[in-house]
Amino acid sequence: MAQLSCNNLSVGYEGKAVVTDISFTVNAGDYLCILGENGSGKSTLMKTILRLKSPMSGNIESGDGLLPNEIGYLPQQTVVQKDFPASVREVVLSGCLNGCGLRPFYNRKEKQLAAENMERLGISDLSIRCYRELSGGQQQRALLARALCATRKILLLDEPTAGLDPNATLEMYDLIADLNKSGTSIIMISHDLVNSAKHASHILHIGKQSVLFSGTMSDYIKSDIGRRFVDFMGGESA
Amino acid sequence: MSEGLQRLQGFLEMDFVQNAVIVGVLIAFCSSLLGVTLVLKRLSFIGSGLSHVSFGTTTIVAAIVMIIGYDSQFDNNIFYVLPVTILCSVLLLLSGPNSKIKGDSALAMISVGALAVGYLFMNIFSKSANLSGDVCKVLFGSTAILTLKPETVSVCIVLSLLVTAVFILFYNKIFAITFDEDFSSATGIKSKIYNLLLAVIIAVIIVLAMNLVGALLVSALVVFPALTAMRLFKSFRAVTICSVVVSVVCAALGILISMLPEKGTPIGSTIVAVDIAVFAVFSIIGFVNQRLRTL
Repeated sequence: MAQLSCNNLSVGYEGKAVVTDISFTVNAGDYLCILGENGSGKSTLMKTILRLKSPMSGNIESGDGLLPNEIGYLPQQTVVQKDFPASVREVVLSGCLNGCGLRPFYNRKEKQLAAENMERLGISDLSIRCYRELSGGQQQRALLARALCATRKILLLDEPTAGLDPNATLEMYDLIADLNKSGTSIIMISHDLVNSAKHASHILHIGKQSVLFSGTMSDYIKSDIGRRFVDFMGGESA
Repeated sequence: MSEGLQRLQGFLEMDFVQNAVIVGVLIAFCSSLLGVTLVLKRLSFIGSGLSHVSFGTTTIVAAIVMIIGYDSQFDNNIFYVLPVTILCSVLLLLSGPNSKIKGDSALAMISVGALAVGYLFMNIFSKSANLSGDVCKVLFGSTAILTLKPETVSVCIVLSLLVTAVFILFYNKIFAITFDEDFSSATGIKSKIYNLLLAVIIAVIIVLAMNLVGALLVSALVVFPALTAMRLFKSFRAVTICSVVVSVVCAALGILISMLPEKGTPIGSTIVAVDIAVFAVFSIIGFVNQRLRTL
């Protein structure tokens, strides 16, 4: 059974559907890239997958040993975070909270996990620095480490490279690809066709109101809409 | 000056002054705990809003009591003010970003509405000879803390301990839902319930703090220590600890200073004045620090 499967899902807000009839599955180790223009409903879809919103119709099932709250999430930056006094360690550690239940404090295992994830993302030396004083790329790494504390199984990334400079963007994509290779399933939202789709194994392309494509990367390249994208990518690398 | 100190020493030997200092310090302690969260959630003014609600409640209940036939003073009775304030706090905090009336306008509505209704009721129903004195007492808490009844003192102590215990037990959860509510909900933290808890604690703190500084100055007690600590410290824990220390020291200093002059100064305003002074000092240190680092 797939880790996550969406069947005939319609998402929207205030009673209006933004995208209808979305179906896709994510198996362990998949790298799904959700493409679409601004305002096409990608973030609404993501919120629905995260169960922050309820679907308007259709359903989302999780399986393969994945519990509904075992989804790690890399959100877009919020206004609050821009002046939040928090050390990197505090932010990363807060990802372990879902394992705490009613226990008020973190135990040694969770602190160890936070330290490992900081090490893995190369931000150990920043652990006592203030989150708001970091560069955009470092902030994203901290949030990614936090997401990894919540789960190793599946990560949802919402425009992970928004606001990063070109170098940091490439590093971020490599980092995500590495995580994927080590077994974490990835669902990534992006409108940056060129870079984000390079590593993806599956594509979900959302247009106005409807799904334009849902399937594997190799099928996508053969499809009409995919071919347009390939031309675009070819033009870019030439 | 030495005369002032002598008078202060005399005061400090009195029971009701000792009570005032104990309660004042406890209230300052609690009110600073959630300052950081409120500032970051853009709810700095919730203190004012909620305290006006309790002002309104006080006067309305007093009026009702009077109509039924009791002869009651406009004192700030925790037992009926607290539930109403908690209710309003919950409504404000849980309305969320998608409600028809947005957070700050909802706050403004409730806040000035309650203030107006409260003053109206006070004017219509009060038999007191010194109406403006009563109003002033409620709004600025001029001497309220020195006239606390023993049962109010014990209620204050119990509630402060409760608030502190809840804050410590849920410290990590409060951090998480303040920093990123979506992430917390997505990974299975019951953000709604913790927000509810937060709303209740805030209401309790506001009602307590009204005793110390009065309805108009409550926000200062909640917000100043947090903003002061944020000038110098960078981690959530350091900011929280620092703001508690700042708040307690300022409250104690304020209460003591207010007793120094012969006529005495209003306690609430004195405490807030000390808060402002410390904020200024911390801001300057923070600014100099930053300059030194960039040099």
